[in-house]
Amino acid sequence: MTNELDIFVGNTTLIDEDVYRLWLDGYSVSDAVGLRVRSGILEQTGATAGVLQSDTMDHYRTFHMLERLLHTPPKLLHQLVFQIPPSRQALLIERYYAFDEAFVREVLGKKLSKGTKKDLDDISTKTGVTLKSCRRQFDNFKRVFKVVEEMRGSLAGNIQQHFLLSDRLARDYAAVVFFANNRFETGKKKLQYLTFGDLAFCAELMIQNWTPGAVDSQVDDMDVDLDKEFLQDLKELKVLVADKDLLDLHKSLVCTALRGKLSVFPEMEANFKNLSRGLVNIASKLTHTKDVRDLFVDLVEKAPGPLGSLHGHAAQLPPAHVPRLRPRSPDARPACPLLGPAAKGGGGRGIPGQPRSSPPRSARSPGPGARTSRPQPPSAPGRLPPGPGSGPSCPVEWGGGGTGSRAGQGNPAPRGRS
Amino acid sequence: MPGKLKVKIVAGRHLPVMDRASDLTDAFVEVKFGNMTFKTDVYHKSLNPQWNSEWFKFEVDDEDLQDEPLQITVLDHDTYSANDAIGKVYIDIDPLLYSEAATVISGWFPIYDTIHGIRGEINVVVKVDLFNDLNRFRQSSCGVKFFCTTSIPKCYRAVIIHGFVEELVVNEDPEYQWIDRIRTPRASNEARQRLISLMSGELQRKIGLKVLEMRGNAVVGYLQCFDLEGESGLVVRAIGTACTLDKLSSTAAFLPACNSPSKEMKESPLVHPPSHGCRSTHNSPIHTATGSRLTQNFSVSVPTLIYTGMGSGSAGKEGGPFKALLRQQTQSALEQREFPFFTLTAFPPGFLVHVGGVVSARSVKLLDRIHNPAFVGIMGNTRSYKLLDWNSFNSDEPETRDAWWAEIRQEIKSHAKALGCHAVVGYSESTSICEEVCILSASGTAAVLNPRFLQDGTVEGCLEQRQEENLPAGCGFCHIPYDELNMPFPAHLTYCYSCRKQKVPDVLFTTIDLPTDATVIGKGCLIQARLCRLKKKAQAEANATAISNLLPFMEYEVHTQLMNKLKLKGMNALFGLRIQITVGENMLMGLASATGVYLTALPTPGGIQIAGKTPNDGSYEQHISHMQKKINDTIAKNKELYEINPPEIPEEIIGSPIPEPRQRSRLLRSQSESSDEVIELDLSHGKKDAFVLEIDDTDAMEDVHSLLTDVPPPSGFYSCNTEIMPGINNWTSEIQMFTSVRVSRLSNINLTNQTLNKNFNDLCENLLKSLYFKLRSMIPCCLCHVNFTVSLPEDELIQVTVTAVAITFDKHQAVQTTKTHVEKSLQRASTDNEELLQFPLELCTDSLGPHPFSPAKEHLESASSNSGIPAAQRAVSVEKASPLTEGHFRQRSAPACANSTVGVVKMTPLSFIPGAKITKYLGIINMFFIRETTSLREEGGVSGFLHAFIAEVFAMVRAHVAALGGNAVVSYIMKQCVFMENPNKNQAQCLINVSGDAVIFVRESELEIMSTQQPIASCQPACGGGEIAT
Repeated sequence: MTNELDIFVGNTTLIDEDVYRLWLDGYSVSDAVGLRVRSGILEQTGATAGVLQSDTMDHYRTFHMLERLLHTPPKLLHQLVFQIPPSRQALLIERYYAFDEAFVREVLGKKLSKGTKKDLDDISTKTGVTLKSCRRQFDNFKRVFKVVEEMRGSLAGNIQQHFLLSDRLARDYAAVVFFANNRFETGKKKLQYLTFGDLAFCAELMIQNWTPGAVDSQVDDMDVDLDKEFLQDLKELKVLVADKDLLDLHKSLVCTALRGKLSVFPEMEANFKNLSRGLVNIASKLTHTKDVRDLFVDLVEKAPGPLGSLHGHAAQLPPAHVPRLRPRSPDARPACPLLGPAAKGGGGRGIPGQPRSSPPRSARSPGPGARTSRPQPPSAPGRLPPGPGSGPSCPVEWGGGGTGSRAGQGNPAPRGRS
Repeated sequence: MPGKLKVKIVAGRHLPVMDRASDLTDAFVEVKFGNMTFKTDVYHKSLNPQWNSEWFKFEVDDEDLQDEPLQITVLDHDTYSANDAIGKVYIDIDPLLYSEAATVISGWFPIYDTIHGIRGEINVVVKVDLFNDLNRFRQSSCGVKFFCTTSIPKCYRAVIIHGFVEELVVNEDPEYQWIDRIRTPRASNEARQRLISLMSGELQRKIGLKVLEMRGNAVVGYLQCFDLEGESGLVVRAIGTACTLDKLSSTAAFLPACNSPSKEMKESPLVHPPSHGCRSTHNSPIHTATGSRLTQNFSVSVPTLIYTGMGSGSAGKEGGPFKALLRQQTQSALEQREFPFFTLTAFPPGFLVHVGGVVSARSVKLLDRIHNPAFVGIMGNTRSYKLLDWNSFNSDEPETRDAWWAEIRQEIKSHAKALGCHAVVGYSESTSICEEVCILSASGTAAVLNPRFLQDGTVEGCLEQRQEENLPAGCGFCHIPYDELNMPFPAHLTYCYSCRKQKVPDVLFTTIDLPTDATVIGKGCLIQARLCRLKKKAQAEANATAISNLLPFMEYEVHTQLMNKLKLKGMNALFGLRIQITVGENMLMGLASATGVYLTALPTPGGIQIAGKTPNDGSYEQHISHMQKKINDTIAKNKELYEINPPEIPEEIIGSPIPEPRQRSRLLRSQSESSDEVIELDLSHGKKDAFVLEIDDTDAMEDVHSLLTDVPPPSGFYSCNTEIMPGINNWTSEIQMFTSVRVSRLSNINLTNQTLNKNFNDLCENLLKSLYFKLRSMIPCCLCHVNFTVSLPEDELIQVTVTAVAITFDKHQAVQTTKTHVEKSLQRASTDNEELLQFPLELCTDSLGPHPFSPAKEHLESASSNSGIPAAQRAVSVEKASPLTEGHFRQRSAPACANSTVGVVKMTPLSFIPGAKITKYLGIINMFFIRETTSLREEGGVSGFLHAFIAEVFAMVRAHVAALGGNAVVSYIMKQCVFMENPNKNQAQCLINVSGDAVIFVRESELEIMSTQQPIASCQPACGGGEIAT
């Protein structure tokens, strides 16, 4: 006697969090039943394996039906078929859009295309995340990407609004979208020490400072693409390396700003020229798409040379400094990136994870206040990018970059960014 | 009353993409009522169109208003080809036709398509303007209220209960019309949905007319069913109880759900009295259905069975001539009516005097085809009735079906008479159809209703008198309603354990809910008897004969099983008994569900004794004794589990329900006068009563084994199939209604009755276990109104459908809010305890001597100190604390209601919502849906398909209730769930029919705040603190 059909439908949809997790993790029904049995649930409840099987099937079916709605979370709120209390709805959505660190590091910066999707089984093997779960996460990225890609307004805000995610998760998704759109290479071995949190932190600062949205909050794609004009302007930074006077001026400005704030200050000061050169070189090439993609690689590979002695000491740079460096407001753009990597570079090793949440936050808030603090040497209007790519302006930028680099130290990358 | 129906289409949302190219939809809406159709403009390229249409006005007469559903079709405009249908919404506008119900229907309705399910939603506003028309010959019955609830609805007062109304309407099934061969499945499904909608409208109108004729204004306990007879047609039939209801003006004075009966006293209804001359029925010799308890009269074959009824300390003997006279009057009054039936299962206090027992009748019929020569060839075997004008030749079909039911009802009536009862309560009818064979079943509880209610015009006086006499009892309904000397079947009678005045049977089976004034010990539990019988496949008459030959045996076995299980639980009464016999191609299945309880008025059940047939064999003997031990253990365990602690109960209760000195003296007198008799009786109940199971073959062995395999629910769970669980009443506000369906395939081809029984038993047990597991987060909770339905869709398939509601309760507060009067009496008992102590003790030693539970003093002591005592008793001690605990309770429910603010619609099969008060009934919900798929695999197989469909049905019910302005459905019932599949063709089809009453409820906590603001406000923090502390 076999059950051909076996269903349970409640007026209020029953959601079992444990089963939901198993389902999200991509376990098949039989695997899930096995795991549940091992959890000792049978002993606790006196149920039989058959009961567990039927219960699991039921939940899986419910989740399967809900999945369609989870693809567009606002629908879940308005649909009439499943009566689910709001707190449960929030839980369903948040968990559905959560992703694995291991997985996201594999996919970050890759094009969210069919091709990548085909590689998911390799990723699955590599990361130990089930293929099903990989697919779900990948599809989530892609779906979010498609929806917010061409939208106005703040990237994280849009994501939050259209997917009803928590603030944190929405910001992570913003980073994923930003990386995917700009296709930054993050998979190289050299970059492996960077956590998603590190990179997300960079992304956040770049979005704040390097995109058209940083200048004008009404542009399309404002937070997704890098500001072309800004990148163009970065070429002007070369003057900071080429012109001795400017170099000195830049150095003194940066040093003044950072004195007493960096534990590696002496090294920075000593190497300022090399640091500056490395960063400026990276920055000036960013007009080429290829170089943009390699930004992070370059920052780690090329900038470290000059920054050698600082490399690896980043841990000493308390993330808190980073925000301060960044202030230069518009000009600050370069700074941010620097910071980002810096924090991570160092942080990545020493204090992984830490940078992830706290720094970005703080980075943001201090920003405005800090702006004024930085007396810009040249008349340069803060914002290099949009504006007049004029020489004078460059220094300003640089300053930011420079500081950042030091701070970031290891990853002068930041400045490369600029 | 002609009327003007006004409809406005506001907007749509979440529409499906109908144009692949643009990923958008050009939607417009057709609004149809009767023959008139209006259209909205096309709203181009949007999945969330805003039509915001004008008001579409339909001027129609009220007959149409009642019959026709409003039909709203959403379409996708297509310039070059035919417009594609997105889906439909049927809105029953009946609730707008009576003044007190809803005034407007407005809200989001799911757009439903029979092939694709729900596809987006549409916002509609509907209003009706009615004009008065006092035409006496009108065919409409606007204004008659309908309730599915099988008790007097909470915010009404019954002025008069008129009695039984029934009607049926027949048509041919569109699915079987010739045209079905050339139309799409969608068209055919929609034709069917529409037709059934129309037929139920018509049926309701006709019943309404009957009610108006009886001068009533409402139908309570309205039960409408469909019989899908296949080629021979579609029958929609309904039964109900006509009443005259008065709306209660000050609702605040009314307690929710299960409240003190004394409050309701004044609202006790009267049975409408067309009183006439007295004709005693006592001389009619009715004592025929004896011995086997089986009467069989096969017309085509009508086997029937009367369950435990009981003789009475007959009217003449105890009640004196006056009572006898009244009784006769009652009878004659009721006999004026064709069928003195009541579909109610709960009654105003005092209405029910005695309960006789369950009466049931079944009849096997052949759905023969009526050939109409003129149309043979074109129309095959179709017949139709009235509704379709293209097929206007009528058969005598409705008369045939009417006659069938009349025959059965007649039989029920005569059974009731045989039990000395003049009325049947808790009455219901059902059918089971397989191919051309149809089993019609009817069952109810024979009862004697209060004769005083039948006296015209002397309402007040009667009420008072009645109260005087009946209030103390609480056991009155158990007393046998008829002559002890002329029992229709053998039964052990004893004097009532409550009042010691009248005779009671040893067990009592009923189809009604436990009366509110009944005293119960411990908790109740769900008891099921399950049975399968193989039969040969056969055609037509041979088949019908085979079935009718099997039926009596099944009934007998079901009864035996119920009895055994009842004894095993240590209980003595069954409530809410529902026996379903289902016919399939090659088997018959019987499933009986009931709630077992221990009534204090009835004697303690004896145990079960096992007797072997071959006593010489030593090892066999050993085996038997082993079994016996196991059974005894089980009984003991069950008693503990359900907190049945009987020996001390009689002691406690004996004097209590009898008010004050008069009774007590009588009691004492009876003791002194008739001590011999008492002893004799005790003997009979003590030992002879023990149920003997003879084990003479393997079958019997199996039976005993199966008895023991029923696993009790896990701790923290209780279950019952009545409205509320006897012994629990501290409900908290969390409820979860659910439907669970299982279809099992019998793998074994060489099936025997035993394996079949075992399979079926396992299926049901596993289903219950699954439910317990699923709902484990709600512990402690009780599954109430557990309703099992069995069908046999195919040869080797068994389908079991369960609908029930899980309600949480508070374990720590055994407050007996419902039974104030019991409490009072108990309290009285406890205060009187010392005086009475001697007497009861004596009595008990006498009566319970032979029992394992010796009534020693320790029992009393332990009872008063120990917490494991029966709930009824504990209540006494807790009672003083009750105001506090009540506040506590309210406090708890408050957060829950905060959660359930927006759009939540509760559904429950019960007639009430725990912790809340129903403030308004908005009208009846009666919906019929068909869902079909041709891509079964893609939709997740049969389970995925049905799961989605049932979820959609719930959603549509909720949406309709919400549109009426309601926030709950009570008395919800899924009357039909017909599922057919053809996996080879990747197809499946399912029909579901649900109904219930849409209501508005208000949380008690909110009510409190509204009425008495300050005190509550100040006490709330305190309560909250208390809660945390606990």
